[in-house]
Amino acid sequence: MTETEESNEEVEEKTEEYSGPTSYGVPVTESHDQVVLHPAPTQLLETVTLLKEDGFCMAIDVTAVDYLTHPGRKDLPAGLNPERFEVVVSLINHDQGKRVRLRVQAGTDNPTVPSLFDLFPGTEAMEREAWDLFGVVFEGHPDHSRILLPDNWEGHPLRKDHEVGRIPVQFSPEVGRH
Amino acid sequence: MTNGKELLLGEPERVFRREESPVLRLNEEEANAAIDDTDALDDDHRMILNMGPSHPSTHGVLRLMLEMEGETILRSKPVIGYLHTGMEKTAEGLSYLQGATNVTRMDYAAPLFSELAFSLTVEKLLNIDVPPRATWIRMLMCELNRVSSHLLFQATNGMDLGAVSMMIYGWREREEVLRFFEKVTGLRMNHNYIRPGGVAADLPDGWREDVKKLLEIIPPRLEEYDILQTGQPIFRERLQGVGVMNPAEALALSATGPILRSTGYAWDLRRHMPYLAYDEVDFDVVVGTYGDCFDRFAIRLNEIRESLKIIEQILELMPEGDYRIQNKKVTPPPRARIDESMEALIHHFKIFTEGFHVPEGEVYVAVESPRGELGCYIVSDGGPNPYRMHIRGPSFVNLQTLPHLMEGGLIADGVAVISSVDPIMGEVDR
Amino acid sequence: MARIPLLGDTNNIASDGLEGLEHNFVTARIEDLVKWSRARSCWPATFGLACCAIEMMATGAAHYDLARYGMEVFRASPRQADLMIVAGRVSQKMAPILRQIYDQMMEPKWVISMGVCASSGGMFNNYAIVQGVDQIVPVDVYAPGCPPGPETLMHSILTLHDNIQSGELTRRRELNQGGAAIDLDLSPMSAETPVEIVEKTTS
Ligand code: SF4
Repeated sequence: MTETEESNEEVEEKTEEYSGPTSYGVPVTESHDQVVLHPAPTQLLETVTLLKEDGFCMAIDVTAVDYLTHPGRKDLPAGLNPERFEVVVSLINHDQGKRVRLRVQAGTDNPTVPSLFDLFPGTEAMEREAWDLFGVVFEGHPDHSRILLPDNWEGHPLRKDHEVGRIPVQFSPEVGRH
Repeated sequence: MTNGKELLLGEPERVFRREESPVLRLNEEEANAAIDDTDALDDDHRMILNMGPSHPSTHGVLRLMLEMEGETILRSKPVIGYLHTGMEKTAEGLSYLQGATNVTRMDYAAPLFSELAFSLTVEKLLNIDVPPRATWIRMLMCELNRVSSHLLFQATNGMDLGAVSMMIYGWREREEVLRFFEKVTGLRMNHNYIRPGGVAADLPDGWREDVKKLLEIIPPRLEEYDILQTGQPIFRERLQGVGVMNPAEALALSATGPILRSTGYAWDLRRHMPYLAYDEVDFDVVVGTYGDCFDRFAIRLNEIRESLKIIEQILELMPEGDYRIQNKKVTPPPRARIDESMEALIHHFKIFTEGFHVPEGEVYVAVESPRGELGCYIVSDGGPNPYRMHIRGPSFVNLQTLPHLMEGGLIADGVAVISSVDPIMGEVDR
Repeated sequence: MARIPLLGDTNNIASDGLEGLEHNFVTARIEDLVKWSRARSCWPATFGLACCAIEMMATGAAHYDLARYGMEVFRASPRQADLMIVAGRVSQKMAPILRQIYDQMMEPKWVISMGVCASSGGMFNNYAIVQGVDQIVPVDVYAPGCPPGPETLMHSILTLHDNIQSGELTRRRELNQGGAAIDLDLSPMSAETPVEIVEKTTS
């Protein structure tokens, strides 16, 4: 834990002078030959705009991950502060047949990232899904509402502190069927 | 992007609108309030109409909220979630070997593709390569599945449009394919056949003859479809020029598969970002011209022909060898060894109870399902279960095109549009 | 009276005179006749939910041909149907709608729960799926399988026919006061429910 705290301070001091490899102005890593960018939430719109100008013509996927029970992940670039919620955006470049994935550290208590609607309106449903299942807020989304669960549902079921909701299977003869 | 290309793609502005968008962004309460607000109704004869979720032509449990003016659809909103199964949560409690059982129940018209996407992702995380025969078996089964899925589309599309007899013909051919599936995998649907590390079992004896028979039976029947549907003036009238979209709009809305291709934009993962061994077979990517319902119908019909062409080549190119990887880590020992050796028994037990561990990491792999790009994103924490498994369902994303396609059309055309988008609700809601 | 098709060839009743009565009549109790006609005119409502619905459609299509049992007319309106085949998993969001459709059906009505998902939640024992449709509507026949093949569905339909004809179902209903005799207290789930976060165990 001390390690994380240290890196925490580091990031706050020198977000600008991250020394590792960058691409489109944000830290970049590789995961199994796939390019992963790590913009901060504030950088997200800017980075995606740059990528779009560069030929990444379609937003394939927007989803979120809750790292509550797996905090010490190692695949982030050094100096980046891991947060509980991470928003994962996949873009594709058809001309060059390339994909890029953006992992945004969205925050721990009130995960918030800007909505990509104005760049890729196709993200509307995916962002609603991420809000519904994880409670990630997308600022500027035109219809920020639940999509899969009923409107009056409480909680966000894919969070790690939400139970699976198993109902024990009953085999007792008293609950006879007919 | 050059200017010429932009001209070809068309103007995407339509789908970027926030105000006056064809997407009816109301929730339940607001919709009810709008219905009760009779003043507004008297004004311009607008009304809000509910369609589904138990409606014969909404393909399962899709529900639509429509704002109508007379017979014309102004705005609409697909309301989904009536089949939300929590599969992504369930996946976190299943081992990687069990995971395929879970994902196969998403897109139940093309179950093998979900298994394939899941297995490829796990294999990528494990950094293993499956033997060539497994790859080719996967290709064979997936192409057959594409055929059966598109045949199902022919049947339901025909029925939605009033060509009820298509229901009988489409299912008749689909049964033939399913019979082969049952022979190979033991089940007609939800096979759990493609698993991380290979496939569950080798092809049975005589599979070549069975596939050859399929290749013989299906093409002449596709000709029948052409007579029944493609050439029919009534059928064409119902579809041509209905639900039009240009490539730029489709790209902006992240639509993939036949919807994107119908606009004339050739994009097929099998061709442009090959996986399995699709770079070794020869096939065409079918594209449309106008981006209307008829193009989407014709693309699916012709994709059956292309798939049959691929299957023909697979018959010749199918290599011999193992059908699953001989890596102790992921593959259970053969049955005979269990009787002889204690280690094999323990090993078998461990794989099926605890499962195998997958190195920490995250990866996204996509395949071209009959409905578009089907992606799987897995985060592993090094344990035997995925930390997070997410499926990017093509139907889920494609469904967003509905309001744009239906805007300004008649409600009868709305049915044709829903049918041509071909959503499978299991995959939409997951 | 001579017009009742039950009686077969009625042409020669007149010529046979009164003697024709001996071999041209079927006598039955009215209850039996009612049961018989109920069993033979079972129209299902289309209520496809998930994968099982595809198999249900396959059962109605050319190869398996449900029409052989006089059952091919899948009615889109619940008011015209007397059998609800719950084909697939029932989510929490769908449950009220399912019940509404059931309530709209005319008495007498029957329910087949098709597939393990409808019967018990199947492999999806989680927050989203109702663990057995018998918590919402009384189920008469459970068809096992995932998905049940068309043969299984047909078997369950024939079982239902038999049970209707023998009066077994109506007897059971009276016994259970019209319900499925299953009572579960499902407290609504919420985020506040305490959850233990445990390291992943292998089970
Ligand atoms: S029982 Fe199986 S086939 Fe039927 S709905 Fe459930 S998962 Fe699908």
